[in-house]
Amino acid sequence: MDAIRTENLTRRFGNTVAVDRLSFSVAEGELFGLVGPDGAGKTTTMRLLTAIMDPTSGDAWVAGCHTVREEAAIKDSIGYVSQRFGLYQDLTVSENMNFYADIYGVPRRDRTEKIDRLLAFSNLAPFKQRLAGNLSGGMKQKLGLACALIHTPKVLFLDEPTNGVDPVSRRDFWRILYQLVRERVTIFISTAYLDEAERCTRLALLHRGRLLALGTPGEVKQLMRGAILELRTSDARRAAVLLRKELPDCTVGLYGDRIHMVTSEPDATKASATAVLQGAAIAITVVRQVPPTLDDVFVSVLAQAEVGARHE
Amino acid sequence: MKLFRVRAIARKEFIHIVRDPRSLGMAIAVPMLLLSLFGFALTMDVDKVPLAVWDQSGTPDSRELIAQFSGSRYFNIRVQARNYREVVRAIDSREALAALIVPADFADRMGAGQVVPVQAIVDGSDANTATIAMGYARVVTFAYSQQLALREVQRVGGAAINLPVEVRPRVWYNGDMESKNYIIPGLIAVIMMVIAALLTSLTVAREWERGTMEQLISTPVRGPELILGKLLPYFAIGMLDVLLAVLMGEFFFDVPLRGNVGLLFAVSAIFLSGALTLGMLISIVTKSQLLASQLAMVLTFLPAFLLSGFMYDIGNMPKFIQGITYLIPARYFVALLKGIYLKGIGLEILGMEALLLVVFGALVMVVANLKYRKKVTV
Repeated sequence: MDAIRTENLTRRFGNTVAVDRLSFSVAEGELFGLVGPDGAGKTTTMRLLTAIMDPTSGDAWVAGCHTVREEAAIKDSIGYVSQRFGLYQDLTVSENMNFYADIYGVPRRDRTEKIDRLLAFSNLAPFKQRLAGNLSGGMKQKLGLACALIHTPKVLFLDEPTNGVDPVSRRDFWRILYQLVRERVTIFISTAYLDEAERCTRLALLHRGRLLALGTPGEVKQLMRGAILELRTSDARRAAVLLRKELPDCTVGLYGDRIHMVTSEPDATKASATAVLQGAAIAITVVRQVPPTLDDVFVSVLAQAEVGARHE
Repeated sequence: MKLFRVRAIARKEFIHIVRDPRSLGMAIAVPMLLLSLFGFALTMDVDKVPLAVWDQSGTPDSRELIAQFSGSRYFNIRVQARNYREVVRAIDSREALAALIVPADFADRMGAGQVVPVQAIVDGSDANTATIAMGYARVVTFAYSQQLALREVQRVGGAAINLPVEVRPRVWYNGDMESKNYIIPGLIAVIMMVIAALLTSLTVAREWERGTMEQLISTPVRGPELILGKLLPYFAIGMLDVLLAVLMGEFFFDVPLRGNVGLLFAVSAIFLSGALTLGMLISIVTKSQLLASQLAMVLTFLPAFLLSGFMYDIGNMPKFIQGITYLIPARYFVALLKGIYLKGIGLEILGMEALLLVVFGALVMVVANLKYRKKVTV
């Protein structure tokens, strides 16, 4: 049975379509990533799936229950960590956990053991008596996760959980997620970080409410049309501006000191780019063809989508 | 509805309250403050009306009349005017609220057995006091005239006679007609209405504003569990407020509590449930703390103050306004508290008022539950 399934799931706000005819399914035990730029409709999708928002049309099933007709049943089997910290800042770590344990009706017998295990799991044990408002960003997210796991949900929804969290805490967070996947929890996570998307078993690329790509990270990369040319130059910023102007057919992306150019004819592009940069007295240290990263794929797929939208 | 979830919400809400001592202090201190403030300031008693006297006659007879005034507990002679201008000035400057002018021929005409007009002027800019002062002046002069008439009859007829009919007024329930005795019970009702609605007006809106509601509605918690759980701690605070108010009435204002104390707290509990739920309903509908608290204030304070019969007798209002007062729950609570406090009556007479309070409570409870949606809409 699919852990999550949607059919033409749509949500409008006035004239804006936040989520547009979304159809996909997530198998049990998957770590599924929802990826897309800000405003793509990730949070709205999360809310529709967690049954805290009603769709305008279309259907969704989570853990076998319909999100509108069987709302109450869904709530028992999911855990949700909203994008904005949703726990009580004036309650301590253990008060927050006990509150959610009460709400979910976690039996008293195994509660202490469970809370201790989750606290140890999230490295929050030393902060049990600390007010949630006084935790750091990373610890807050881990507390959110711990509270969402208190009732052992079948499906866990995480809305950009690592947004604004330091790299060490992010690594911790993902370590926990992997462990959960081993325990057969289905995880539905949205993220704007593509290195995180790369770690998912499957992912969906969302743009303006529409599903642009769906598959394993490897499959999604296959969507890439053309090849990637990587350039390292003495002045990457100026080179990127110049290349965008002179070679409008290529998509030019700037990643730190590297420039990625998407092209269907790598050799010809290599020659013309070299000529352009030499003309501007920018020294090229490396030019080579590289396998596409998810960043490249998304930049190129989003660019195609933009072109498509303009043609419509 | 699962009781364990109601308990969890109530416990959490209680922690919020305890962790915010300022709000808790407000919830307890403000009613006390309002009660003492209004209790002292809002007195309807007209006692010792300052009086200006212009005695043009200056005879033993006129002085006897004036002595009737200064000897009564209603008047206090402040100004001895020597001419009309001084009378005007005394009233203009509010040195005196009333003036008594005795004509120059007072003693002569009285000696001749004629009716002697005496002028009493009152300051009508304070209509309430003016009416009462006028009444006092009439009573004092009438008593004096009667005394004189009897004396005359006795002198002529030689035998003491009795007046055929005599009114012996007896004021029930508030023998000294002290306004605090009926103001304080009504005031408790008005203050509780406002405080109760304010207490809960923030609770739901705060969760939406802080983002904690989104987390909460992703759980199996149900609307009625949330509403009831949130009400309980505030109900406890509200009952504490009632208790403190009753104690203040008893020991501070010395208001007699003649009725059943148990009944008093029972109707307070019913009323509080309704008023607290009203505050929560406002919070549910507005989803904004600022808007909710302002709306709670406007929707409770003015109606409770003006239309509950606490300040102004409902029977004297235009029919249309009287109709509106039936929608003001404070009206029934004011009637109940006044009845229990002053008359010592119970449900045998106030049953309808108590029933309507139950109806009000049930109604807002139902509407609040209908209005609360476990959904994000924007």
